[in-house]
Amino acid sequence: MREQISKFSQSPKAQAIFFAAYVIVTALGLYLMQTSVIAFLLLLFSILILYYLKLKTRTKWLIGLFIIAVVVPLVASQGPSFQSYMEVGTLVGIYAAMSLGLNVVVGFAGLLDLGFIAFFAVGAYTYAIFASTQASHFMPFGHYPLPGDTFWLFILIGAIIASIFGILLGIPVLRVRGDYLAIVTLGFGEIIRIVLNNMDHPINITNGALGISSITPPNFLGIPIGNSSQFYFIVLGIFLVVIYIVTRLEHSKLGRAWKAVRDNEIAAQASGIPLVKTKLAAFAIGASFSGMMGAVFAAKQMYVDATSFTYLESTMILVMVILGGMGSVPGVILGAAVVTILNTQVLTDLSNWLTQLSTNGVISIPDALSPAKMQRLIFGILLVVFALYRTQGLIPHKNRKINVEKLKKEASEAPGGALLSKERAETGGTD
Amino acid sequence: MLQQIIQILPQVLVDGLTLGFIYAVVAIGYTLVYGILELINFAHGDVFMTGSFIGAGVLFFLMSIGFLSSVPSLIVFIIVILIAALATGFLGVGIERVAYRPLRRRNAPKLIALITSIGISFILEDVVRFIAELKTGNYIITAPSLFKTQYHLNIHSIMPFFHNVTFQASFLVVLVVTVVMLISLDIFVNRTKWGMAMRAVAQDRETASLMSINVNRVISVTFFIGSALGGATGVLFMIQYGTIDPYIGFILGIKAFTAAVLGGIGNIRGAMLGGILLGLMEMFAAANLSTITHGAMGAEYKDVFAFIILILVLIFKPEGLFGKAVVEKV
Repeated sequence: MREQISKFSQSPKAQAIFFAAYVIVTALGLYLMQTSVIAFLLLLFSILILYYLKLKTRTKWLIGLFIIAVVVPLVASQGPSFQSYMEVGTLVGIYAAMSLGLNVVVGFAGLLDLGFIAFFAVGAYTYAIFASTQASHFMPFGHYPLPGDTFWLFILIGAIIASIFGILLGIPVLRVRGDYLAIVTLGFGEIIRIVLNNMDHPINITNGALGISSITPPNFLGIPIGNSSQFYFIVLGIFLVVIYIVTRLEHSKLGRAWKAVRDNEIAAQASGIPLVKTKLAAFAIGASFSGMMGAVFAAKQMYVDATSFTYLESTMILVMVILGGMGSVPGVILGAAVVTILNTQVLTDLSNWLTQLSTNGVISIPDALSPAKMQRLIFGILLVVFALYRTQGLIPHKNRKINVEKLKKEASEAPGGALLSKERAETGGTD
Repeated sequence: MLQQIIQILPQVLVDGLTLGFIYAVVAIGYTLVYGILELINFAHGDVFMTGSFIGAGVLFFLMSIGFLSSVPSLIVFIIVILIAALATGFLGVGIERVAYRPLRRRNAPKLIALITSIGISFILEDVVRFIAELKTGNYIITAPSLFKTQYHLNIHSIMPFFHNVTFQASFLVVLVVTVVMLISLDIFVNRTKWGMAMRAVAQDRETASLMSINVNRVISVTFFIGSALGGATGVLFMIQYGTIDPYIGFILGIKAFTAAVLGGIGNIRGAMLGGILLGLMEMFAAANLSTITHGAMGAEYKDVFAFIILILVLIFKPEGLFGKAVVEKV
C-alpha cells in the first residue's frame, strides 16, 4: 500500500493532477473570499510546489508564467483588495529582481555589499529628477518634466547609470582585501543617502530632504499607467529579463569566473582570471538590476526621498539572499517573496490584529511590542540563524551536472582539443 | 577666510579631542578582534550603544532611589561606568560564544561570520529599542547630566587671534577616563602574560595553541576587554552628549572602524592615534566646510568626510598610517 502511494506520488501524471487540483482549489478560494490574504498566499505557494514537481523545465516555466500572469490577476481582480494584492505582487517582483542582483555580487562573486540600496536610489532618482519639474532647476536645455513615454527608456538609463556607479565604487575598493569591502560599501550606501538628502544647495538637484514629488507616471501607447495592477505586468516583464540574464550568466565563462573568485581568490588569480575585471563585472551587473527597479519604484510611488534608501533596506535585501540561499536563483526569488510578504502583509496584519485585541481589552500589548516595529529583530534573527545553522539557505544552490561521458566523446572526436575539454570538465565539476 | 578658521581652532581642537578619544577607544575594540580573528565585528558599534543604555539605566535607577543627591557625582559616575563595562564585557563574550565560535569550529568562510555579526547588531539594536520604549515610552533617551559645569578658557586675552573656548566638565572626565583606559590597555597588552598570549594568538593561532595557550579563552578575554572598553565609552558618550538612541552605534561604529583602518588595523597604538586624528579631522570639517566651500556644503557632510577618508586610506595606504603591510599567504 505504502509502496503504491510512493509510486503514485512519484509519477508525473499524478503530480500534475494534484497540482492542478491545488491551483483550482486555491484560485476558487481566492475568487470566493476576496479579502482572505491566506487564500492569496496559498495561491502563490503553488509556484513553490511547481518548482519541486517532476516535469520538464520548459513546462514548469510555462505553467508558472500562466499562473502568475493570468490566474493570479484574474482571480484577484473580483474584489476590493485587488490593488493591494497587485501591490504586494509588484513589490515582490521589485525586491526579487534586486536580490537577484545582490545574489550576483554576494552569492556568485562572494563580495559582501552592504550598501546595495544605493544603486536602487540612483535608479529611482534618475527617473524622478527628469520626470518631474526638478530637472529644470539645473538643466540648461530641454523641457521638463519629460513625458511618460520616456519611462521605458529610463529603465535602461537607470540600469546604465547604476552600473556606472557600481564601477565607480568598485574601482577603488576592489583592489583592497575582501573583508574591507563590506564596510566600504556600507559607507558608500550612507554617502549616497546623505548626498541625496543634501543636494538642494548650492544647486538644487535632488530637492533635499523634501524629496521629489509629482513624478510623471509612465505611458504605454498613450495609456497612462498608475495602478499597481498595471505596474505588476511591467515588473513581471523586467523580472523575466533579469532571470533570463542571471541564469544565462551563471554557467557562462564569467559566471564560472565569479564562483572561482568566490571560492579561492588566489587560486583563481593563478589560473588567469582577471580579478578586478571579474569583480567589477559582478558589481556593475548587480547594480544595473537594482537601477532598473529603482526607476520602476520611482514611477510607481510618484514620490522619492532619501528615507526609502537606508541601511535597513540594504540589509533587508541581504536577508532575502541569505534566507533563500546564496548563489541559488530559485532560492533567492523565494527569499525575496517570503521577506517582502512578511514585511508588507504579515507584520502589518499581525500588528493591526494585536491593536484590535488591545482596544477590545482582550490582552494588553504595549506599543513597543508591535510586530511592525520588530523588522530589525526579525531580520537579525533570520541572518544569525541561517548563517549558523543553514548556510545554504531554503533552496540550496545546485551545480549543473556535467555529463563526463559526453564530454569525453566530444573530446575524442575533436582532435587536439582533448586536453582543453578535459580541463573544462574538471573546472565545471568543482565550482 | 583663513582668519575665521584660525579663530575657532581652539574650540575645534577641544571638540575634536572629545570625539577623537571616543573613537579611539571604540576603534580598539575593532582592532583587537580583527587582530586575532581577522573579522570585522559589526556588532561592536552596538555593544557601545548597549553600554550607553545600560549606563543610563543604572543612572536612572540610582536617581530613583535618591542616591544621586547624597553622593558626589564622581562616585556615581564610577559606579555607573564599572557596571556598564562589566555588563557589556560579558555581552561581548556571549556574542562570541553564540555567533562566532560555532563558525570558527566549522571553518566557515569569512563572509558567513560577517553576516552573523550584522545579524547580532540588528538584534541588539532592536532589543535595546524595545526595552527603552517599554520603560520610558520613547526610545530616544536624555540622560541626567552629571558634570554640567561650564568652563571658559580665556585664550583671547593671551593670544588675540584665537576665540575663547568653552567646555563642560564632562570633557575633562572623558579625557581622563579614556587616557587611563588607553594606557592601562597598552600596559596590559605589552606587559602582562595575558597580553602576551593575545599577541601570540594574533600572530599565529595554531602555533600559539601548540605553546599551550588556550586559544578559545584568549579570544574570550579579547572580546571581554574590547566590549568592556566599548561599553564604558558608551557611558562617556552619554555623559558628554546627553541624548542617546539605539541607532547611535551604527554610524559611530563605522567611523571607529575607519579610525582603526587609518591607524593600521590590528595595531593598538595605531587605533588610538587614528581615532584621535579622525575626531580632529571630522570636527575640523564640520566647523569649516561651509566657510571653505562658501556655503555650498555644510556640517551635514561630516559623515561623508569620514567615509571619504576611509576610502582614500584604503586606496593609497591600505596598511594604515602605523601598520605593517601584510602579504596574503596561500
